[in-house]
Amino acid sequence: MIQVENLTHRYGERTALRNVSFEVARGEIFGLLGPNGGGKSTLFRILSTMMAPGEGRAIIGGCDVVRDRAAVRRQVGVVFQTQSLDKALTVEENLRAQGHLHGLSGARLRERMEYAMAQLGLADRRKDRVEALSGGLRRRVEIAKALLHRPPVLLMDEASTGLDPAARRDLTRHVERLREEEGVTILLTTHILEEADRCNRLVLLHQGQVVIEGSPQVLRSRIGGDVVVLEAEDAKGLAAAIEQRFGLRASLMDGQVRVEIENGHRFIAVVVEAFPGAIQSVGLHKPTLEDVFVRETGAQIE
Amino acid sequence: MNSFILPAATLWRRELVRFWRQKSRVLGVVASPLVFWLLIGSGSNDLARYYSGALVLTVMFSAIFSTISIIEDRREGFLLSMLVSPAPRTSMVLGKILGSATLAWIQGMIFLCFAPLAGVRIGILELVPVVLSILLISFTLTGLGFVIAWQMESTAGFHAIMNLLLVPMWMVSGSLFPMATAHGWVRGLMWANPLTYSIALLNHSLEMPNAQPGALESLVVTAVFGLVLLVASGILAAQKTTRSSA
Repeated sequence: MIQVENLTHRYGERTALRNVSFEVARGEIFGLLGPNGGGKSTLFRILSTMMAPGEGRAIIGGCDVVRDRAAVRRQVGVVFQTQSLDKALTVEENLRAQGHLHGLSGARLRERMEYAMAQLGLADRRKDRVEALSGGLRRRVEIAKALLHRPPVLLMDEASTGLDPAARRDLTRHVERLREEEGVTILLTTHILEEADRCNRLVLLHQGQVVIEGSPQVLRSRIGGDVVVLEAEDAKGLAAAIEQRFGLRASLMDGQVRVEIENGHRFIAVVVEAFPGAIQSVGLHKPTLEDVFVRETGAQIE
Repeated sequence: MNSFILPAATLWRRELVRFWRQKSRVLGVVASPLVFWLLIGSGSNDLARYYSGALVLTVMFSAIFSTISIIEDRREGFLLSMLVSPAPRTSMVLGKILGSATLAWIQGMIFLCFAPLAGVRIGILELVPVVLSILLISFTLTGLGFVIAWQMESTAGFHAIMNLLLVPMWMVSGSLFPMATAHGWVRGLMWANPLTYSIALLNHSLEMPNAQPGALESLVVTAVFGLVLLVASGILAAQKTTRSSA
């Protein structure tokens, strides 16, 4: 449904995207995960036809985002990170205006509006002005607005920014339903791990490059076993000592020592025994996408 | 055709609905020209002399303020979704300009209600040219606002443009002093200033004495200036499909 081929984009001296390629299949929830400044927004701008790429190309539903801009715009719904609603207008008025921009009117527009509002659970708030809605509801109106012309592809840029966890889960539920019931292909950018974990597939973007690609399960399984996190006053010394003594890779991150190891619980007993008094706290967890990111880039996402 | 008219109509409607819901905006736009007019007019004991200038200032404030909202709207607001919709840019420009011009015209009409204070009496038949002149001036100044706003990345530089370009433009338009008595180079400026013709057009339609330049000349210059700005707005908006900044 979406093909991105060797995209490179520079802002003056700074390279925002470097030879980025990936494909998104029909009906997939696909995530672009990475820290701010990693190139997500640039990629999003290119895919949503706001900006032409320097090099390479992007195809959505068989149409080139530069050459067939109008065709792409009919096929994609775009949810921006910033608000794109008119706060002085009601939910209905916002949707109607959006419909008009897409050339919809009359009974067809009314039917689409009813449908979009029902899908996003907005029917009882239709007469409310957007300024009176909560952040979570506003986001839902944004999505309803983006879906009004029934696009097969939905692009969402950090759609859950500023939402509390409950509103975020609610939003995720709505998005998953869209995919299941409508077969909408969804591409979203995020720096929130929980959100990335619910994608079917994702790419990690770091400094404008694709670091790794795959399903969250596959990515996590690249880390064998467990992740053990140790806190120590002299973290650097501890990391060096662990590497020397156990022949393991111990990485240093924010004053913490991280070790990837199978049967982490056993290692904890051994390591605490080996360096008495040096370790202030011990943590053990199953690999997360954050661990994958740290391992691949040496940097943190959030 | 539907995909051209519909987006334009919806934008026009949006401007009016927003305006109706934020009525305090009327006060902001009409109040300052009204105060300027009452102070200058009463001070010089000639309210009639400064009336048309104050009315054009009202229209100008309204036109500029509502077009300047484009800057914010494009980064964070309704304009964002327009930019990625299949609606043609020219239809968006038309809708926005029609909407803002209508608002400017309405506020000009509100100011027209103060005409009796200036001793200007307008009969029903004489009202037609006045109303049409204000409409034409509204379009022209909205076009001016659009051309300025579309090129600006932020509202930060806007005050400079307002104080160094727009207000001086209004000052040397015949609103404060007539062309006949102006000093040489200022007279040159007035002659080259499109706003001079707008003020003159309004003065002619109000049947004020000593309106200069002539009626036909004023009408033609104002209309041509407006048309040029409208076309320029369309071209600018169609060109700027990408933003290079991060």
